[in-house]
Amino acid sequence: MIRVLIPSQLTAYTDGVTRVPAAGATVDEVLKDLDARFPGIRFRVVDEQDRVRRHMRIFVGLEETRAVSRPLSDGDELLIFGALSGG
Amino acid sequence: MTEAMQLLIGTRKGAWIFRSDAARARWRIEGPLFLGQIINHFRVDPRDGRTMLMAATTGHLGPTILRSTDGGKSWTEAKRPPAFPKGDKLGRAVNHSFWLEPGHADEPGVWWAGTSPPGLFRSADGGESWESVAGLNEHPMVAEWLPPDGGTPDGAILNQVVLDPRDARHIYLATCSAGVLESLDQGGSWTPLNKNVRCDFLPDPYPEFGQDSHFIALAPADPDRLWQQNHCGIYRLDRPGEVWDRVGEAMPKEVGDIGFTVVPHVRDRESAYVFPMDGTEVWPRVSPGGRPAVYRTRDGGASWERKDSGFPAQQGWFTVKRQAFCGDACDPMGLYLGTTGGEVWMSDDEGESFRQVAAHLPEIYSVTAAPAP
Repeated sequence: MIRVLIPSQLTAYTDGVTRVPAAGATVDEVLKDLDARFPGIRFRVVDEQDRVRRHMRIFVGLEETRAVSRPLSDGDELLIFGALSGG
Repeated sequence: MTEAMQLLIGTRKGAWIFRSDAARARWRIEGPLFLGQIINHFRVDPRDGRTMLMAATTGHLGPTILRSTDGGKSWTEAKRPPAFPKGDKLGRAVNHSFWLEPGHADEPGVWWAGTSPPGLFRSADGGESWESVAGLNEHPMVAEWLPPDGGTPDGAILNQVVLDPRDARHIYLATCSAGVLESLDQGGSWTPLNKNVRCDFLPDPYPEFGQDSHFIALAPADPDRLWQQNHCGIYRLDRPGEVWDRVGEAMPKEVGDIGFTVVPHVRDRESAYVFPMDGTEVWPRVSPGGRPAVYRTRDGGASWERKDSGFPAQQGWFTVKRQAFCGDACDPMGLYLGTTGGEVWMSDDEGESFRQVAAHLPEIYSVTAAPAP
């Protein structure tokens, strides 16, 4: 089981919940698992070429990844953040 | 005769719906809808009067299409928003949908979308799911016509999809880097339509393609008459002709003929309205001299008259973007425009006078008018 932190920008999909469990052996599998339960959430984080969107950041624990192929281990924490400046 | 209207307003920070009484005198404001979302375009389907689509994104999140099938009372997200095929050879990914166009009257449920980077997408189920139009997005010339990194400061854009009301197969596109493209087979093949349209930013000032077509419109009274507000002037083309005429040469020289948009009159093929902006030096893109005005032609562009009654007489630095100027089908015709300063203005007498309907909204990206339900 992977613990996922949902940022405020995406809680409209999770009915306000900010921490959800998910399954998957890679970042992509976890995002697809989330998308199955919260339809549309993945495309707002990752584009159609599987690139993490410019102003989104994904961490596995303390380590940032831009590759959705990044392997995960049971018990990992996946943190999704929105990172944007300006008005 | 007039009727109650609704204005669908998309802004950089959400959407609003303004609904009027039958005289278009009083307006009731609903909103904000989706506060904080960037709404590039907000349309209602004229074929059923109930289906509404918004092209939405945010600074952080990827793009989506928001849908209502009950006139804006409730909203859901498209199941499959516009997206290029995975493995796209140009590496394109939709940054945002920019233009939404309800399909032809003979094709209920069909919608078209233009995106940034430039791409054309089609939905056959009322905007719920979208398919890439390979005839354009995979065209052998697409990298030259529509380079994903070219175009405007806000990104390269497929500005507009315009349908011939007489023929669902006949489609025009306005683009930021290939000018106008035309298809006679519903998007299967495309041809540039830019003869005599100037490109003062390229070595060849009259290339086959390369123009920045800000906006095109078919005259409702004669769909063979095209108006174009280009990066380099106001043009008119009467089909089947192929050579555009720069009718903006007749604009006052101190005002010029640069702008983002043009609105043909709903009943008179000879009449159209533009909202000029300052396209000199570093392109301030505000009302020339700080004196906002609509210019109207009644003779096919041979002459233009200034219409500024009601607008600030000085220090009015309006910018009106591509999708933020429109008309209605009433008699007298109403005109509506939204500014990047968050003001909505209207005329209920075909441009003789204007009045402010709203202020203090966020930066307005689009204004569309339709009969209220």
